[in-house]
Amino acid sequence: MNRLDSRLSLAHFYVAFSAIIVAGFFGLLQTMVRSEMIVLPSYINYYQLLTAHGVLMALVFTTFFIFGFLHACVVKTVGDFSVGTRRTAWIGFYLMLIGTVLGVIMIVIGEATVLYTFYAPLQASPFFYIALALLVIGTYFAGAADIYQYNKWRKANKGQTSPLLAFMAVATLVLWIIATIGVVATVLFQFIPWSLGLVDTINVTLSRSLFWYFGHPLVYFWLLPAYMAWYVMIPKIIGGKIFSDSLARLAFLLFILFSIPVGFHHQLLEPGISHGWKFFQVVLTFAVIIPSLMTAFSLFATFEVRGRNLGAKGLFGWFNKLPWKDVRFFAPFMGMLMFIPAGAGGIINASNQMNQVIHNTIWVTGHFHLTIGTTVALTFFGVSYWLIPYLNGRVLTKRVNGLGIYQTVLWLVGMSIMSLAMHYSGLLGNPRRTQVTNYNGHSVAEGWGAYETAMAVGGTLLLISLILYFVVLIYSAFYAPKGQEEFPIGEVMDAKLKVPSFLENWKVWIGIAVVLILFAYTVPIIDMIQHSPPGSKGFKFW
Amino acid sequence: MHMHKLEKIWITIGIVTLIAFLSTVGIQAFTSDHHKPPSDLTVIDPEKVHETAPFDEPGLKELGDNKYELIIVLQSFGFTPNDIQIPQGAEVTIKVTSIDVVHGFQIPGTNVNMMVTPGHINSMTYTFDETGEFLILCNEYCGTGHHYMSAKLEVI
Repeated sequence: MNRLDSRLSLAHFYVAFSAIIVAGFFGLLQTMVRSEMIVLPSYINYYQLLTAHGVLMALVFTTFFIFGFLHACVVKTVGDFSVGTRRTAWIGFYLMLIGTVLGVIMIVIGEATVLYTFYAPLQASPFFYIALALLVIGTYFAGAADIYQYNKWRKANKGQTSPLLAFMAVATLVLWIIATIGVVATVLFQFIPWSLGLVDTINVTLSRSLFWYFGHPLVYFWLLPAYMAWYVMIPKIIGGKIFSDSLARLAFLLFILFSIPVGFHHQLLEPGISHGWKFFQVVLTFAVIIPSLMTAFSLFATFEVRGRNLGAKGLFGWFNKLPWKDVRFFAPFMGMLMFIPAGAGGIINASNQMNQVIHNTIWVTGHFHLTIGTTVALTFFGVSYWLIPYLNGRVLTKRVNGLGIYQTVLWLVGMSIMSLAMHYSGLLGNPRRTQVTNYNGHSVAEGWGAYETAMAVGGTLLLISLILYFVVLIYSAFYAPKGQEEFPIGEVMDAKLKVPSFLENWKVWIGIAVVLILFAYTVPIIDMIQHSPPGSKGFKFW
Repeated sequence: MHMHKLEKIWITIGIVTLIAFLSTVGIQAFTSDHHKPPSDLTVIDPEKVHETAPFDEPGLKELGDNKYELIIVLQSFGFTPNDIQIPQGAEVTIKVTSIDVVHGFQIPGTNVNMMVTPGHINSMTYTFDETGEFLILCNEYCGTGHHYMSAKLEVI
């Protein structure tokens, strides 16, 4: 990859890594406050830390990492950016950065203690909402650069199938653009005018529905880049082949279709949305199980075929043949493995009436610390171990590889302890997003304390792991020996199989996505507007 | 598009299981009112809660034959009323609303769990079969005093 595009990707990664180290430190503080080991100084509020942790982890770390990764994948597979395209991508980066800095300032000065979901009618400073809007608008510039580059390739190579990695990058961007329409709409047309005082009140249910229209596909926006690494990079790393190009493309398209018209499963216990529409979206939610099963099959087929080629015998002999001592494989593989319990938990969360048992308990926090915090994070760690030296013209050394495996194990153990404690005490009723939970020594809450101590133990291991990761990355980026690290891109197992052209007919797939969205949302949204109660004024309870 | 035979079998098993699972969830949800997640559609002016029935008189009301209605107003950072006694075996319809921000209404150890958004009334019915001390808590962040927002409920 050329130096200029490498620099673009690296800029994104450096912001992402700064965000995760700060947010990780806040995370540990939260577990210590909650387990009543420490009391925060009076000038820091627990919920302020929690807002910063959520914004920096869920919005800043993920978005910057993903755009750095997508730019690298696109440039690598469909060619260097032109001067104009690269400039567009940089404009995107700076808008995202300005948004991030402004948002962080608002949180630090106590003008936005509204958590990263910013539910109305808690009202933050208008600058906080403007900051969020800048972050999202910045991604549109970045995404435009990647999509433009992909289209340019397709025009120059008419009739040919696009590189799988570029196709997946574009699918991820399509999902992102359709999904962010919801959050952009609520921020621009509801939150900003309301916080500026241009209108007095806000339609709370509508704002929450628009947020969750975005909030659920957001998690797939985090997951799909991890899937890119699993589908395309891992086969190469283990010396195997991609199981099927077409099925990989189909899986990504199905994720676009089934991850968006499903936001109501986050609002199952909410008044103002009828049960029929909730259940309809629950059914659509579960349709993502189909591409998930396809993914699991493809990946394990790749593993098995590779193991057998190396001479593995018996039903599970191939398992031992995998390169367990290679962090580029080990970290993402552990992420995949943890996705099995994470996915099972997700099925419980979305199961209509079963949601009642765990809704807004700390079970949910435990759930997404497995999905995003383990599956996605470990995959991103695994990618950065080779991608950061690659972009800097350096190599992944043996020593870094060893430390990386150690760091992955620490992360796994820490997250397992923390997440298990969260899941279990959530089942006992322990609420999420709560500073302390002794409730004046009420007998019901007494049993939760031990789990909160366990969360702090897990959190401590996680921060140690994160510090190790950070130090190793700095070494890999600036001090490792110069050289050419590999950018692993797998080849397809059966290259003779042609990829059907309908898989790249974006008009059709986006059309189906729009139809599904209109079907799932039109009636309930019209209902929310027509039968809306008097709106809510803003409140600042911090 | 080529699909491996084993993958076809795998996906088919997946889809069949999924349909069976969703049918179970759906049948259970739609055949009994007690299994539906709370989805009350009644609206209320959040600034006139104290003047609007039934929230003008919060508390437990007997509707007859072991049936009760429990009316609770939520605000940052408390429940009104916040010390409630319920007779054992009572079937209680709980109605809640908020006068300010979004709150949660949860009774750990039971399936009582509702979102409470301003402008809407939410409700669900629960039968308290066992005696004991219960805790009502707010499970949605509602400001810096959120962790103080709780109430006592005793089943006697």
